[in-house]
Amino acid sequence: MTYNSIVLVKQVPDTANISGDVMKPDGTVNRAKLPAIFNPEDKVALELALQVKDQYGGKVTAVTMGPPKAAELLKECLYMGADDVILVTDRQFAGADTLATSYVLSKVIDKIGNYDMIFAGRQAIDGDTAQVGPQTAEKLKLPQITYTEKILELNDDSIKVQRLIDGGCEVLVSKLPVLLTVVKEASVPRPFRAKRVMAYKNFIPQQLTTEDLDVDLERCGLPGSPTKVHKIESVVLSAGDHVSIEPTKEGLGLLIDTLMNDHIFG
Amino acid sequence: MNKLSHEVWVYIEKKNDNIADVSLELLSKGRKLAEKLNGTLKAVIIGDNLEELAKQTFHYGADEALVVEHADLKEYLTMPYSRILSELVKERQPRIVLFGATFVGRDIAPRVASNTLSGLTADCTDLQISDVTYMKKEYPKLLLQIRPAFGGNIVATIITPDNPVQMASVREGVMEMSALDKPLEGKIAKIPYVGEEIDKIIEIIDRHQEECKVNLKCAPIIVAGGYGMGSKENFGLLKKLADLIGGEVAGSRAAVDAGFIEHERQVGQTGVTVRPKLYIAAGISGAIQHRAGMDESSKIIAINSDPDAPIFGVCHYKILGDAIKIIPALIEAYKNKLK
Repeated sequence: MTYNSIVLVKQVPDTANISGDVMKPDGTVNRAKLPAIFNPEDKVALELALQVKDQYGGKVTAVTMGPPKAAELLKECLYMGADDVILVTDRQFAGADTLATSYVLSKVIDKIGNYDMIFAGRQAIDGDTAQVGPQTAEKLKLPQITYTEKILELNDDSIKVQRLIDGGCEVLVSKLPVLLTVVKEASVPRPFRAKRVMAYKNFIPQQLTTEDLDVDLERCGLPGSPTKVHKIESVVLSAGDHVSIEPTKEGLGLLIDTLMNDHIFG
Repeated sequence: MNKLSHEVWVYIEKKNDNIADVSLELLSKGRKLAEKLNGTLKAVIIGDNLEELAKQTFHYGADEALVVEHADLKEYLTMPYSRILSELVKERQPRIVLFGATFVGRDIAPRVASNTLSGLTADCTDLQISDVTYMKKEYPKLLLQIRPAFGGNIVATIITPDNPVQMASVREGVMEMSALDKPLEGKIAKIPYVGEEIDKIIEIIDRHQEECKVNLKCAPIIVAGGYGMGSKENFGLLKKLADLIGGEVAGSRAAVDAGFIEHERQVGQTGVTVRPKLYIAAGISGAIQHRAGMDESSKIIAINSDPDAPIFGVCHYKILGDAIKIIPALIEAYKNKLK
């Protein structure tokens, strides 16, 4: 038996590696300068889908919603081994919070159809919300397994999965189709295949816009997002009130005296 | 618009047959929010044999406990739990629903928000009630959902202006837990459970859960390292210092991601929030997500070789230099004092 998977992927700003020239003189971040990367846990999700395909056969389709530039990400999915990729892009999707995003993604998944598993990273590093996966599953009325660490078994119409829980793990069996969100410990993504890089270098992914999807525009993008950003404050670094300690024997000795006198130690 | 409710709900999570700390913290915060709304605080508990837990919520300010009990609901399962809560939210339209940002909270909250088309903000570091003018419209008493975003470079205030139900999740340790001197005379409302086929679509085969060995929240001294420590081996230095002065070792997210230290010792917005007597930050630059998890420590010593590291903005004692050299010197200095 073969299994078809859909993988939800996202291009994100590399918030973990903010280097010198990304910081503006006023101490805030120049977002345009941050490099865009493959959200790490989404890449692991794709890897798991590809492992299922390697073992059982079937088709892997990667989907992203984002600006036209996100096509770069889909080419990376093809380089790793995805069979098909879809770019969901439209100005009317812009400004979507997780609810509006999951609404559009569920419509895309409905359109693709014929799937056994949907994979997604647990969360994206630009928001860390971990909401889009479960919200999409709910819209599709599918079961979900979040924090997936290992696929233990696939049997006809069911899947056995090990997932992380508070202080340990549990093993669940779910009927297919199911949506799985994947933690980074689950696997290490495979490198790009040279042959596939050559084959797909100039590939232009299929695009879906509002016209191709059965969507209610009131539920997409900013209008479809119940949460709104009311205020944003850039974090400007400022010097607080502190005592400088010389990193010498005397300096550190004095510090320890002070802490002992304050009854912090002992 | 219909009249908005003034109810604040807290989804109560269980841990080893007790209420999880995060839920008690949220009840304490929820009490304050409910007072600002001139409303009521309700605890929502799903499970089996919940009488005692329900009574416990009255000590933390709940006016009423909504209880859904059934033998089939003994263990948390996504499908029945999220379905039950979604139905309750749809029927009763609370103004605010709060969740712990735990494994369970992050599994159930997005599903309920998706089902009920409610706004949901993850990992808030503060919650307030305030009148808001948004797009030239007045919104009385909205929930301000405050969280760092974008790699910690901004602090965003999120609102849910046009929906009747506002939802937010909060990490354990972020809000302060405060029991009332005298519990409220709360009411327990039992709501019948009617099972559906979809509730059993996922089955638990096995579960291993260990009592968390690490208790950063209660440690009086924490010695934390960041990416600047350079390696897992160098974290051994921190352990040595921590053992000497009676503390626990912790790490920043960058150190956890680099594999220097295990995840359960991560301090910050997506880890644990701590308020020790002494926090030593070694080789931690101090992104806001990290600072959000430690800046209420009584005393903070920051050791960093970058004079502009943001951690120096929240510290009490600044040591400019290489942590890998300074930690051993600190160990020596401490030992000398003991002689």
